Amino acid sequence: MLNVSNLESGYGKLQVLKKISMHIKPGEIVTIIGANGAGKTTLLNTISGLIKSTSGEIVFNDQNIGNLPAEKIVKLGCSLVPEGRQIFDTLTVKENLMIGAYSLNRNKKIINDELNKIFELFPILHERENQLGGTLSGGEQQMLAIGRALMAKPKLIMLDEPSMGLAPLIIKNIFDIIKELKNQGNTILLVEQNAKAALGIADRGYVLETGQIVLEDTSKELLNNDDVQKAYLGKDYKK
Amino acid sequence: MKLKKYYPIFGLILAVIFIQLLVSGIGMQFYLTQLTMSAYYGIVIIGLSILMGYAGQISIGHAAFFAIGGYTTAALTTMNFAALTDVPIVNFLIKTGLTISGMDPYGKKIIYISPWLSLFIAVIITIFIAALIGVPILKLKGHYLAMATLGFGIIIYRIVLGTSIFGEADGISDVPTFKFLFNFKINSDPALRVENYYIAWLIVVISIFILTNLINSRVGRALRSLHGNEEAANSMGVNISRTKLLVFILSAVLASVAGVFMTHFNGGIGPAESGVMRSVRYVAIVAVGGMANLWGTLIMGIILNYLSLRGYFGSYDDAVFGIILIVIMLFAPDGIFKLKYCNNFIKLIKKTS
Repeated sequence: MLNVSNLESGYGKLQVLKKISMHIKPGEIVTIIGANGAGKTTLLNTISGLIKSTSGEIVFNDQNIGNLPAEKIVKLGCSLVPEGRQIFDTLTVKENLMIGAYSLNRNKKIINDELNKIFELFPILHERENQLGGTLSGGEQQMLAIGRALMAKPKLIMLDEPSMGLAPLIIKNIFDIIKELKNQGNTILLVEQNAKAALGIADRGYVLETGQIVLEDTSKELLNNDDVQKAYLGKDYKK
Repeated sequence: MKLKKYYPIFGLILAVIFIQLLVSGIGMQFYLTQLTMSAYYGIVIIGLSILMGYAGQISIGHAAFFAIGGYTTAALTTMNFAALTDVPIVNFLIKTGLTISGMDPYGKKIIYISPWLSLFIAVIITIFIAALIGVPILKLKGHYLAMATLGFGIIIYRIVLGTSIFGEADGISDVPTFKFLFNFKINSDPALRVENYYIAWLIVVISIFILTNLINSRVGRALRSLHGNEEAANSMGVNISRTKLLVFILSAVLASVAGVFMTHFNGGIGPAESGVMRSVRYVAIVAVGGMANLWGTLIMGIILNYLSLRGYFGSYDDAVFGIILIVIMLFAPDGIFKLKYCNNFIKLIKKTS
């Protein structure tokens, strides 16, 4: 579904991603784990067109999207749930969701069907549909951000650190939802610092270190990998 | 349910009628002149409110668009084509009824372009200029965008001040009557005050009707999302540069249309209309009204322009608007209709004492 090869990108003169190659098959949850500054967010922003790549290819459903602007990429079915949620504070919950459907056609019935699906998945959003986005709690905002991305009927959903700043119980909640999304047949690219939780639900994983992919394997193998355990899962950690 | 959205507009219509009856009833008809002018300025202000408050793009150059509209119609309708009837395009305009012929006060025959045509031309020119400067400067944000629009405003001001067809420092006078629908006339004839008052407010009502519908539409949501977070809006599929340009052009056109009608109402236009202080005034009023608050900005636009036009601020006119801008930014950044400013004021006093 998504095929990234030799991708390089960065900010101005600063090169962050160095020859990244990865792929996602339909129906998979793939996770990218790595420490702060490894380039996880840069990778997602480059795939979604918010940052222009300097070289390499991004192929989404047999189409090269490397040079397309962000709004075209969303239209092709590749939605991003951005880091830190990025809810529109001054818009109501419902309006936030409607913005998510901006790239869909203007057919009101389709948009309403989609809206009802989201409300079924997140009943709390239905309860608060007329509340301003900025007044929601962190967990609710994360649900709203996921719902907003789903409104575009994406073929691939990319989640950037959905656990950021949330309480453990809420994180479990969010990850249950991600699992549920997979069961509904969605394809998911999950970027996480919380390696344990991410590998717990993912099929495969990539380990990103200073802009390079250093390891690729099934989640099970990665969870058992000694290096990964030491670096990301806290093995041998002594007080 | 659907109708509920339009209650404020019905309220506005009732208020407009009530004020006219009241003012005429107490024999103070001359107030209507300033109320008419305030209405035209009100159109500029609600247009700017959409741009600044809802889409979050500042413009300190809106007086320039007002002047572009006003000067376009003034220059075109005061040009005498009587000697040029052989020129094909003039001939074509005469044949299609897009010109108006009459006599000047000295009995000379004059032929000039119909104000409807000049309104149309003014809108086209405004769209063209707004698009031309909008594409490069809307890439800027915050202070940089403010400076760029300020620069644009100064350029237009110097152009009208230095160009002979725009009358240099004198501006253009003797702009003819604009024959509105149903033979209603827009001009400075004191006998037609009531008529002019209603025409101006009709245009305000139409503008605010369009804008309220826009805000709650798909495009409206997109432009409000820009205000919050451009990158997030972009990742939702909103084409940022196109949406920004669209709202910039829309608000420029509103300013320009207001300029056209105001110029016909006043019978002339001067360079002061394009001045930087005029742009600052518009920004100040939008801030007082609460930025993303169409009705707040309209109400404050009417009140403050009315007071200013009646001369209550005397020679401190511009200073008053400067002070208003500072005070509002300090104490009521959400506008005067959010009563938080009282709290901020009390806090400040507590801190300092």
